Amino acid sequence: MPNPLLRIENLNIAFDDTPVVHALSLTLNAGETLAIVGESGSGKSVSALGIINLLPSNATIKGERWLGDTDLSTLTQDQWNDVRGNRVGFIFQEPMTSLNPLHRVGKQIGEALRLHQGLRGQAARQRCKALLEQVKLPRPEELLDAWPHQLSGGQRQRVMIAMAIANNPSLLIADEPTTALDVTVQQEILALLRELRDHHAMGMLFISHDLNLVRRHADRICVMHQGRIQEIGPVEQVFQHPQSDYTKALLAAEPEGRPQAIKQAPPLLTARQLSVSFKRPKTGLFKRQPPAFVAVQPTDFQITPGETLGIVGESGSGKTTLASAVMRLVTSQGDVTLGNDKLSSLSGDDLRRQRHRFQMVFQDPYGALSPRMPVFDIVSEGLRFHYPHLNDKEVTQRVNQTLHEVGLPESCAARYPHEFSGGQRQRIAVARAIILEPELLVLDEPTSALDRTVQKQLVTLLRDLQARRQLSYLFISHDLAVIRAMAHRIMVLKDGEVVEQGPCLDVLSAPKHAYTQTLIAAAHLAP
Amino acid sequence: MASLSSYFSPITRRRLAAFKANRRARVSLWLFTALFVFSLFAELIANDKPIVMQYDGQWYVPLLVDYPETEFDGFLPTRTDYLDPFIQQQIKEHGWALWPAIPYSYQTLDMNMTRPSPAPPDSRHWLGTDDQGRDVLARVIYGFRLSVAFALVLTAGSLVIGVVVGGVQGYFGGKIDLIGQRVTEIWSGLPVLFLLIILASFVQPGFWWLLGIMLLFSWLGLVDIVRAEFLRARNLEYVRAAKAMGLPSRLIMWRHVLPNAMVATLTFIPFLFTGAIGTLTALDFLGFGLPPGAPSLGELAAQGKNNLHAPWLGITAFMTLAIMLSLLVFIGEGLRDAFDPRHVQQRQAGPAQETQNA
Repeated sequence: MPNPLLRIENLNIAFDDTPVVHALSLTLNAGETLAIVGESGSGKSVSALGIINLLPSNATIKGERWLGDTDLSTLTQDQWNDVRGNRVGFIFQEPMTSLNPLHRVGKQIGEALRLHQGLRGQAARQRCKALLEQVKLPRPEELLDAWPHQLSGGQRQRVMIAMAIANNPSLLIADEPTTALDVTVQQEILALLRELRDHHAMGMLFISHDLNLVRRHADRICVMHQGRIQEIGPVEQVFQHPQSDYTKALLAAEPEGRPQAIKQAPPLLTARQLSVSFKRPKTGLFKRQPPAFVAVQPTDFQITPGETLGIVGESGSGKTTLASAVMRLVTSQGDVTLGNDKLSSLSGDDLRRQRHRFQMVFQDPYGALSPRMPVFDIVSEGLRFHYPHLNDKEVTQRVNQTLHEVGLPESCAARYPHEFSGGQRQRIAVARAIILEPELLVLDEPTSALDRTVQKQLVTLLRDLQARRQLSYLFISHDLAVIRAMAHRIMVLKDGEVVEQGPCLDVLSAPKHAYTQTLIAAAHLAP
Repeated sequence: MASLSSYFSPITRRRLAAFKANRRARVSLWLFTALFVFSLFAELIANDKPIVMQYDGQWYVPLLVDYPETEFDGFLPTRTDYLDPFIQQQIKEHGWALWPAIPYSYQTLDMNMTRPSPAPPDSRHWLGTDDQGRDVLARVIYGFRLSVAFALVLTAGSLVIGVVVGGVQGYFGGKIDLIGQRVTEIWSGLPVLFLLIILASFVQPGFWWLLGIMLLFSWLGLVDIVRAEFLRARNLEYVRAAKAMGLPSRLIMWRHVLPNAMVATLTFIPFLFTGAIGTLTALDFLGFGLPPGAPSLGELAAQGKNNLHAPWLGITAFMTLAIMLSLLVFIGEGLRDAFDPRHVQQRQAGPAQETQNA
């Protein structure tokens, strides 16, 4: 058995005096991928950053850290600069912000080369080009002089990978490298990482919250929960015979079940030739106005009471724009009819008076609640406006009742949003919407910012509410597992166009359009 | 205090705590408040009339009521000059009077001076007199009050106009924003000082005239800040959620967007305030400000410049302005830091750094 590439023993990390990682021990060999899996707040990213000393100054790190023969805990700042980016490569989660927008791609990769290998001028340029070829970017010669904003998310992540492997590191730390990317791009990036790992015989520390992904791309897996290791072992062993209760819960967290069958009824919401387009700015004073950008092509659909229409698509496909058009939050063309009222012909006050009939739950549970208002005010705000005849006692009663309905205790009404977890906040957002007794609820990726176990709970809650109140949902998600558990019918969107629609299970099991097929293949749905 | 802290949101409580932790700002706030409250009672502290008096067994309140001299057996049916030696003699013989600590108001000419004015400080005039024989300390107390009151009203007015204009531009955006921005740009191009000087040539500018003219321009600085905050905040998800809920724009602006702009606005207030005091002083110094005789710090500074042989005038004006503005700047600094989340973190990170190195 050779010396392991990375050996961590008894690593403890604390912020100020709050411990966040307890007694983490692990080893990583060259040519191997070790995945650290856990939900948000489990300490996985902090551990990775702690290993290479990238934590803010109020963190205390204790424990042994060995990279080959180097004792990482004794390094000075200069020595660290020599290790980071040279022997250890790091890939961050957010490709949109991890590249400097003010420097060209070639210069940013070249910087790593210049610092650690002293390469300059043509030599550096040749090497950069070779690196871009290695990460399989098209037209590397041109891309060297491109600005980061000219690249897509997947391309930026490839540039990031090129920077990380520029100096042939022996250890590559990838912190959720694909979380911000679309599923189809995810697969390509992971395949690339695997290939590079084999080619350079690197050890890879792969941090992820997505068990599905880890199962196919890691050799060994380390499950973390609240800063402690729950379980560590080869992938198949952990998946087949999980030892700890937490791992078992995590494995069982895939959303499951199906929504209740719907009764025949006339449609509640009808959209006819609904389309959204945005004007493009003129390029010059005397130039002609360029044609408008069509975000959503003319689309027809309808939803009956108690039905969920799932909208599936990758980022930029126009899902959210479509939802905003239904909510009348963006200007759109075409007709939207809710019940007997033509929403698209209403505006101003008349529209506002109708808004309690169609409500929306937003994607980000952290941004969608005003941080300055207690939960009671957040939930009751719309109620007081739309039902001004209610007195204080009735309002309180309605709020308590609604909070109870979404599974929150009454006591939380006096607290502020920051005291709640993501899942609880999303429940508050749902309470805020359903207290107005809407007929239609538009849910824009309500689960995507949540952990798997919490997702499952929310999906169950939404299905219960639907069954009880005969709510119609317009449910937007990129996550096919969640869609399968929620939707009666689905609509697949690509570049603002509906490429396929039909009953949910039919589309998922026998997709007709080529794009739907790739999407479903990439999602690796559990049977 | 417990009920007070439970009333505020946690963010506000953290900011209050951060402000309290800043000793310089806290002390400055106390000092400034004390000075302002003190100067609010200027009539009780420096005045040329007794506060209460008894004359022939009868009570008089000269502070509030004007009595003719004939009441005190004088010859003229005019308002009593209580500093007149004859009247003082009468009061001494027929009763008593409770005088303010400084027996001169801001425009009282001391007729019983033994030395030519401007007279240096002595026990009679603690900060000396100016070149017309008026008590400098009395003028400083009244001048301080006038400056702060002027700045307070001006700041409040600019705040209302600036927040409304900036808020409407930022929240609605588009054409309203475009037109509003151009109008404010043109408006801010007008030369304020020249307008005031022109105005001074055909009206006698008083307190409210000056306030009105300066109010026309002082809100401009706030617009950009508030507009930027509103522009940012109108795309926040909870603002969009409020729109989706069907709330009217004015409610959304007031309840959801304005609190976001409050931090930037509050941080700006102390600078508006000091700016207002500075402008008023400058105008008075140049002679285009308050009418002659009004207690103004700028006029005192001008006298100091004209009477270099009487350094107490210049030094007093300078010290008053320097102390007042420094206190305000310290308070402003404390406010800014209290509202800046990064600053709080940095201060907490300080000690932790040491433990890591140890």
